[in-house]
Amino acid sequence: MSRNRDAASTGESPAGPILRFDGVGMRYGRAAEVLRDVNFDLAPGSFHFLTGPSGAGKSSLLKLIYLAERPSRGTIEMFGRDVEAVALSDRPFLRRRIGVVFQEFRLLDHLTAFDNVALPLRIEGGKPESYRADVAELLTWVGLKNRMHALPPTLSGGEKQRLAIARAVVNRPDILLADEPTGNVDDAHALRILKLFVELNRLGTTVLIASHDEDLVARSGQPVLHLDKGRLRTFGRNVRQEPGA
Amino acid sequence: MSEMFDVKRWKPAPLLPRKDPRDGSLVFVVAVLCFLACLTALGALAANRAAQGWTSQLTGSATVVVRAQGSETPDAAAGRAAEALAGVKGVSEARALEKEKAEALLEPWLGQEALELNDLPIPRLVAVDLDPKAPARAADLDRALKAAGIDATVDDHSLWIADIERGAGVARWSALAMFLLIASAAGAVIAFATRAAMAAHRETIEVLHLSGAQPAFVVRLFQTRFAQAAALAGLFGATGAAIIGALARLAGGGQGLTPVLPVAWIDLLAVAPTPLLAALVAAVAARVAARGLIGELA
Repeated sequence: MSRNRDAASTGESPAGPILRFDGVGMRYGRAAEVLRDVNFDLAPGSFHFLTGPSGAGKSSLLKLIYLAERPSRGTIEMFGRDVEAVALSDRPFLRRRIGVVFQEFRLLDHLTAFDNVALPLRIEGGKPESYRADVAELLTWVGLKNRMHALPPTLSGGEKQRLAIARAVVNRPDILLADEPTGNVDDAHALRILKLFVELNRLGTTVLIASHDEDLVARSGQPVLHLDKGRLRTFGRNVRQEPGA
Repeated sequence: MSEMFDVKRWKPAPLLPRKDPRDGSLVFVVAVLCFLACLTALGALAANRAAQGWTSQLTGSATVVVRAQGSETPDAAAGRAAEALAGVKGVSEARALEKEKAEALLEPWLGQEALELNDLPIPRLVAVDLDPKAPARAADLDRALKAAGIDATVDDHSLWIADIERGAGVARWSALAMFLLIASAAGAVIAFATRAAMAAHRETIEVLHLSGAQPAFVVRLFQTRFAQAAALAGLFGATGAAIIGALARLAGGGQGLTPVLPVAWIDLLAVAPTPLLAALVAAVAARVAARGLIGELA
């Protein structure tokens, strides 16, 4: 049930890229492809922004990574293994290695901030006494020390955002994905959230943030994956060049 | 309030809301259907008992019409007939009915004035109770009366038994069919209501799924939740039906509410498995629905 077992079952390969897209296409139902011929690698411990206009396919690309959707063609390798080859019974273990900050937060409104953050650890089967101190520490780290008992509907947009980040990283995922994490907060909060991501990245987490906040992306100085009409157009450091791009 | 939060005393909250207003309608619908299903079950049991009663009453007795001969009085002839019949194998008891009882039986057909004419030859009746295990046949009774030199006609109700048995069968099977119909409808509605309530929890299922919960973890969560709700509803429905059944039994004394639908105390036990059955149906429905939703997500 632990993440050690997960690593074994998903065949981690530390030497190669942590994530590789190779000729990936994706469509919803029978509609036209929203992603076409996407190729890139992410090295372990890297930090990237995923940019592009609305409808470019940013959220769809993230969904492929956190296994909410499947590619219509091409190959996605995660931790050195083709995700399509991972058995359905092993997919939950793979998901536990990916933290996601959803654009709409997706917090459970009937659970307190503390319970929301503890959720991934409960799912892993941990005992409360083994993780409650970590949860408290994490909530303090994201600035919610005095809001542990609050229910999500009583939190501000920025607080919800930080709560969602805490839930995404509480089980120390190898990859952290965030979909427009600064979309609902002012500039000061956006910078604060960005600092959280940078600190997590320094601890070794591979970070990929989808954002259309060009100012924030520019200020961060981090490399960029730019999507336009479903195609990957621009690459920064740590990213393999797309053939023919 | 948040400053009061004590991390050391924290215990995980239920992953599903303790009280969900959407569950109220599920409990209500299931309770009503369980109530109806239990009532029809009690009705089916009572109808079965009534049908058994009708046929056993008819097959367990016979009526003998005795006509006096010569100078013998009708009462003497009836007494002799009762004596002769009492000795027949398969007869538990034979008793001559008094003149007044015979007249009371004839009054609807002849009228009070005709009966007041003393010279009208009123036949006497002998009521015969037969041994329920090995009842005597009409031919046995007839033979015994002839042997005793008595002019009499034996009516073993065979003329009516076929019709009554057919009627009893119709009542018995109709009640059973009604019960099966209501029980099936209850099962289907429980399954449907559970699926509808599950759909309302789709967001929770998605969050758990994307957080790495195994399908069995999610299925177990909802299966338990809906089984508990259905069990509670089943308990309400069964209790309501049992109260109605008990009132029917109390109102009707030993015969139940009416001789037509006699409810016995033991019948009330029939509703006991209802909470378990409702929980089982809801658990299976929740399991199928949860697996379906997870399948869509996967």
